Amino acid sequence: MAELAVSAQPARALPPARPERVVTLDALGAVGDAARPLGPIERLANITLVRRLVVLVVLAVLWEGYARWNDNSLLFPSLTETLAAFWDAAARGPLIDRTLTSLGVLAMGYGVGLLVAAVFTTLAVSTRAGTDLLSTLTAMFNPLPAIALLPLALLWFGLGAKSLVFVIVHSVLWAVALNTHSGFTAVSPTLRMAGQNCGLKGLSFVLFLLVPAAFPSILTGLKIGWAFAWRTLIAAELVFGASSRSGGLGWFIFENRNSLETPSVFAGLLTVILIGLVVESVIFRTIENMTVRRWGMQS
Amino acid sequence: MTQVPTAHDAPLLVADGVTLQYKTADHLVTATWRVGFDVFAGERFVVLGPSGCGKSTLLKAVAGFMQPVEGEIRLAGAPITRPGSDRMMVFQEFDQLLPWKTVLGNVMFPLLVNRRMARSEAEAHARELLAKVNLSRFEGVHPHMLSGGMKQRTAIARALAMEPKVLLMDEPFAALDALTRRKMQEELVALWEEVGFTVIFVTHSIEEALLVGSRILVLSPHPGRVKAELNAHHLGFESIGTPEFEALHRRIHDLLFTDRIETDLAPEAAHG
Repeated sequence: MAELAVSAQPARALPPARPERVVTLDALGAVGDAARPLGPIERLANITLVRRLVVLVVLAVLWEGYARWNDNSLLFPSLTETLAAFWDAAARGPLIDRTLTSLGVLAMGYGVGLLVAAVFTTLAVSTRAGTDLLSTLTAMFNPLPAIALLPLALLWFGLGAKSLVFVIVHSVLWAVALNTHSGFTAVSPTLRMAGQNCGLKGLSFVLFLLVPAAFPSILTGLKIGWAFAWRTLIAAELVFGASSRSGGLGWFIFENRNSLETPSVFAGLLTVILIGLVVESVIFRTIENMTVRRWGMQS
Repeated sequence: MTQVPTAHDAPLLVADGVTLQYKTADHLVTATWRVGFDVFAGERFVVLGPSGCGKSTLLKAVAGFMQPVEGEIRLAGAPITRPGSDRMMVFQEFDQLLPWKTVLGNVMFPLLVNRRMARSEAEAHARELLAKVNLSRFEGVHPHMLSGGMKQRTAIARALAMEPKVLLMDEPFAALDALTRRKMQEELVALWEEVGFTVIFVTHSIEEALLVGSRILVLSPHPGRVKAELNAHHLGFESIGTPEFEALHRRIHDLLFTDRIETDLAPEAAHG
């Protein structure tokens, strides 16, 4: 059968038999010269910061152009007016004071939120009931905007920093606890066994193995928590900043809107954005570069 | 290369009728069934078997990550009940290293956790071990920058730094490419000749067992049972291709695959 099948087909062309070859390697010589450095413009364009700055400049020019053409600083002040108001409010006005008040409340709420998150996560990793509790609570409260709790907070804690801290804790807690816990559960079994094998147990196992191994997730949780907290705080201050004698940034914006100082409203918004940018791209970026990027754990 | 231990030496590690079971989502799996063996100090003891023979589970039990449901494993007379740094383990997976620590930091880590020595002393000791595995130039590098072979060498250095009573290796070279694997096997045996540790080495490769092992425990699959215990201390890298090497290879091959030949090929064998 097999022979028949072969002979029925035309003879297949075989590859030619060729002599073998063995090469003695020479020195590499001029191969290195094949790579040339990039031109200066190409190299500049490769820097993210430069490209972002270009975008910013374009936006600034558009803003200034539109505002001048529109010529109505009550509704839409120009960039220069905004900057002047910013400078004025920062140097002579209450802007710095208001910002510090906001940041102080934020730091307190963020700190308390992290502490409570640590307690919840510890419970969740050590017992199954703790895991179920955390999962259920997170599923319930994570979709609930923290600001929705403000009326309740005002009822319980009255007008003042306590209510603000309460809503900030709520906005930080679930994001951080959820991410930390999912980071812990994602630590590979091999790494866990390696840690136990090295002699880690109990608290030292959590601190020296789980926390660093889950650090990428923890950091994500911290970032999300920060963004939630910052927005929630500004929004909350807009609602009731009036009562506390030393209001925050939100109150600064609200106050200036009431007195139709639109450039100052813009200056307040600019401050909110600037602080967001600094925390996001300076503080968190630095932490990232020093930790997860250096460790090659950035996914 | 080695002396065969004489019978009146007490074994360092004894596995006595060890049955191991673990639970999956919907099954209770019996990994090994009444497995018994002795390991003597200075041996390179290889546990060889096809996948599903419970060899990795057996090693995990020696490491103390799980308890036998029947039988006992004793190290120097004391039953093993929990993980400990007197049985350092090298895993197959590369993620056994702590990514947030440098190569040097990884090797020092168990020394510091166990307060074995002061930091400066631990550092010197770790450097010494890294020199032995030819990684001195990479001590300041984080694991993600290393090749697979280097990661495994780091793990070996970390394990040996603790001077464990017995070194456990769970298919440590299985995820490496063939050339690197051969090099690592040679390095491991050379290191053994230099340092003189006791190692239990799990593999599914007959050739690796012959090259690395001085004594080979052959397990059958589903569940793992002892099929044979053979000597290979007379074989080394220079014996590859010799009739002696091939004969033992053949013998183990037949031991491992007889069951299958009997069941799968029985009708054809009847023909012949």
